[in-house]
Amino acid sequence: MTLLSIDWFFIIEKVLLISGVLVLSLVVAMYSTWGERKVAAWIQDRLGPNRAGFMGLLQPLADGGKLFFKEEIIPTNSNRFLFILGPSIAMLVACMTSAVIPWGDSLVIAGRTVSLQIADVNIGILFIFGVVSMGVYGIMIGGWASNNKYSLLASVRAASQIISYELPMGLALIALLMLTGSLSLKDIVEQQRHGLWNVVYQPLGFFIFLVCAFAECNRAPFDLPEAENELNGGYHLEYSSMKLGFFLFAEYINMFISSALISTMYFGGYAFPYMDKLGLDPNMVTILGFLALFVKTLLFIFFFMWVRWTVPRFRYDQLMRLGWKVMIPLALVNMLITGALVLARQH
Amino acid sequence: MQALTNRAKAVDRRPMTLAEKMYIPAIAKGMGITFKHLFQKKATVSFPEKKRDFSPVFRGLHVLNRDEEGRERCTACGLCAVACPAEAITMEAAERKEGEEHLYREEKYAAKYEINMLRCIFCGFCEEACPKDAVYMSETFAPANYQRKGFIYGKDDLLIPHPKEGK
Repeated sequence: MTLLSIDWFFIIEKVLLISGVLVLSLVVAMYSTWGERKVAAWIQDRLGPNRAGFMGLLQPLADGGKLFFKEEIIPTNSNRFLFILGPSIAMLVACMTSAVIPWGDSLVIAGRTVSLQIADVNIGILFIFGVVSMGVYGIMIGGWASNNKYSLLASVRAASQIISYELPMGLALIALLMLTGSLSLKDIVEQQRHGLWNVVYQPLGFFIFLVCAFAECNRAPFDLPEAENELNGGYHLEYSSMKLGFFLFAEYINMFISSALISTMYFGGYAFPYMDKLGLDPNMVTILGFLALFVKTLLFIFFFMWVRWTVPRFRYDQLMRLGWKVMIPLALVNMLITGALVLARQH
Repeated sequence: MQALTNRAKAVDRRPMTLAEKMYIPAIAKGMGITFKHLFQKKATVSFPEKKRDFSPVFRGLHVLNRDEEGRERCTACGLCAVACPAEAITMEAAERKEGEEHLYREEKYAAKYEINMLRCIFCGFCEEACPKDAVYMSETFAPANYQRKGFIYGKDDLLIPHPKEGK
């Protein structure tokens, strides 16, 4: 079925895949809010939400419905266009990152090989970096357009935090790329499928990446831009209704995506031990691989929450000192050692 | 200076060692503690379904007592109102008429007896002050209400049910 030399199957396949990944990240983000509250409660010896539905499972729906029906306030002196653009960018950027993550190997459906990755671009990691740094714009524009000095200050803090931690994150990734020799996430996973997981070769790099992921997602102990319990909101101070919901929701999607990314780059992605020795149908192995990635991702999301309810927040100067004086030198040393080892192995 | 309790610990002001400066061991320790708490017994009582027992000395809402024949014991002497530190109790006395002997135990009774539950501090002094054993504090607490006037409890809210008529 080739009409006007357009491969319609390809388009349908990709549209389905995109919708699937989008729905998956939204649902996971939704239930992360529930999970966050449950984990928080359990760590604090409480029960957590348990009234809406079984185990409180309908709680996210109730929260979402509430946010949609709340009064929408746009401050008179704000820039209306930018005010709406802010949360839109935050949400859009959060949803875009999932495009290059390989959610699984390929399925064979009716003789057609369908890759469970939306776009296997050969610059996958660069794409993610580009998109993630665009996320700062959502925060910056949102805080600036509010025409409120507190929002502006908070967004400046958020932006400088995210930019500061992007550097060691990138440096940690360079060390990983020296090892893999490819920017494509699919290649990175395939290498781990046939060898050891990258975390074995790059424990320090993984650690730096993890810490920076916390800072990038504005999660505790680096949640200064929001500081929910003492500042009244931070950069989204003036936001209400679903626009506020979008900012908060984008944070949870980011958490999901960075968990998936860490699992993909350092913990084998959809690869799991003995996956090629089970003697199962390739489609079955693909589905199991997807589940393996999903479980790894959920474990990292749990880790994010666990850290949040354990470690107190850094002071802003401590945050900056950690970023510039500890993380960047550490990442540089890691890069140097990796480079030396890679060279030594070549000779 | 002598310590008040034997639990006091001297503050360790030595400079941090490298392991402490790295901050990671401390975080790992903390995460171990929080992980342990994930599985510990929860302190929450799921209230409407499960209720906690009151202590035997709990002082809840007041009741006005009747004697064995169902007559009101209160004689409107006003001692409870005098004893009340929050001035929550007001009453009006009346004289018992002929033919009302089955309603009131003595010649004088409280025609109106009101306790403002918003003022009441549930100290139990009224219970102690009452010479006729008429005011007692029960084991319930005031339910929520939409208006302040709903918290002013009159005689019909306070009197216990009649032992024979059930009202």
